[in-house]
Amino acid sequence: MKRLANLTNGIIKENPVLVLVLGTCPTLAVSTQASNAVGMGIAATAVLLGSNIFISLLRNIIPDKVRIPCYIVLIAGFVTVAQMIVQAYAYSLYEALGIYLPLIVVNCIILGRAEMFANKNGVLDSALDAIGMGAGFTLTLLVMASIREILGSGTWFGMQVPWLVDNNVSIMTMAPGGFIIFGCMIALVNKITKGKGRGSSDAGCEGCPSAAACGKVAEQEVSL
Amino acid sequence: MDFRLLVIILMSAVLVNNYVLRQFLGICPFLGVSKDLKNATGMSIAVIFVMLMATAVTWPIQVYLLDRNNLGYLQTIVFILVIAALVQLVETVLKKYIPALYVALGVYLPLITTNCAVLGVTIANFTRTTPYNFIESMVNALGSGLGFFLAMVVFSGVRGRVESSEPPKPFEGLPITLISAAILSVAFFGFNGVIENLFG
Repeated sequence: MKRLANLTNGIIKENPVLVLVLGTCPTLAVSTQASNAVGMGIAATAVLLGSNIFISLLRNIIPDKVRIPCYIVLIAGFVTVAQMIVQAYAYSLYEALGIYLPLIVVNCIILGRAEMFANKNGVLDSALDAIGMGAGFTLTLLVMASIREILGSGTWFGMQVPWLVDNNVSIMTMAPGGFIIFGCMIALVNKITKGKGRGSSDAGCEGCPSAAACGKVAEQEVSL
Repeated sequence: MDFRLLVIILMSAVLVNNYVLRQFLGICPFLGVSKDLKNATGMSIAVIFVMLMATAVTWPIQVYLLDRNNLGYLQTIVFILVIAALVQLVETVLKKYIPALYVALGVYLPLITTNCAVLGVTIANFTRTTPYNFIESMVNALGSGLGFFLAMVVFSGVRGRVESSEPPKPFEGLPITLISAAILSVAFFGFNGVIENLFG
């Protein structure tokens, strides 16, 4: 039962994007087309699965003090592999994702799960967590990209949607549309969970690995 | 050196292709550290500083080391490691030799290692069809940093107002902040034709 919870947590209760508010940059940037969103989601999930499994395996070997640099190297390695696979087998996706593909390295979801989950749990649990979180990320991206693509360009996975294709709201595929849809989706989740979902009550980087340093910013403010 | 080209690169990085509001890079600090003007300024200056340093270091590495030896695929790993090491080094040096600057910027430095805008600008210098040369890359880094600074400072002013307003309950906190960011992003659309009309 607990194993199952590890898998399903990421999809709704601890959705990485809407509840933990991690990985906002790729979410906003690649959600202009549903096909790009699915590609990004799968690439990030694959990297997350690899990094979670290996960090969990190495959790007793990596010294605590240098764990973050070690995680970054591991993640960067997996991102490079993902980059090469996408370039070889899905070149149009490689072109469409552009700079956001190498930037999976600094996607807070991956480092965040390494820090919050994989370095405390076994291999199987970490793998399940990675799949759940990855599925949550992919689903959120897909929903958001579908809304933006249908409203913004009147298509869905390239298929034309009647009427909307001639009457599209093109701002939705541009930068402001991303912010608006993302804001509305978080508000919707807040409404459904009645604010019980953790993290989203305040802006920014709660679940992010650098949150500790953010806290330091606040402390420093007080002491200065 | 074509001075006009450098001005075009600078202007388009600051206004037209603003990293935060147009390309969605560096959203985490944009939402997290923009609550008041002082933090926003400190963070942005640290970002400009690290972007310039990172570009100055990664450009020669890419051109003279990776490209020469056909190791282009190592770009991501090498760049993130260089940036992480650089940030650590800057922190140590500042702490030891320029304590005043360390007090002002030190706390923001650890946040910058995983800032996608910094890694983004170093990679973006090479992903164009004609990669930037060294000076153009430095100007691009400066422009991107200044663009980040502009967005942060403007947004911290907007947020002061938003924080004291009373939106509908589900919109409190992050959602209303994102919607204000959307409006600011619309405002930046006004700069769309600037480059063509000024230098066209």
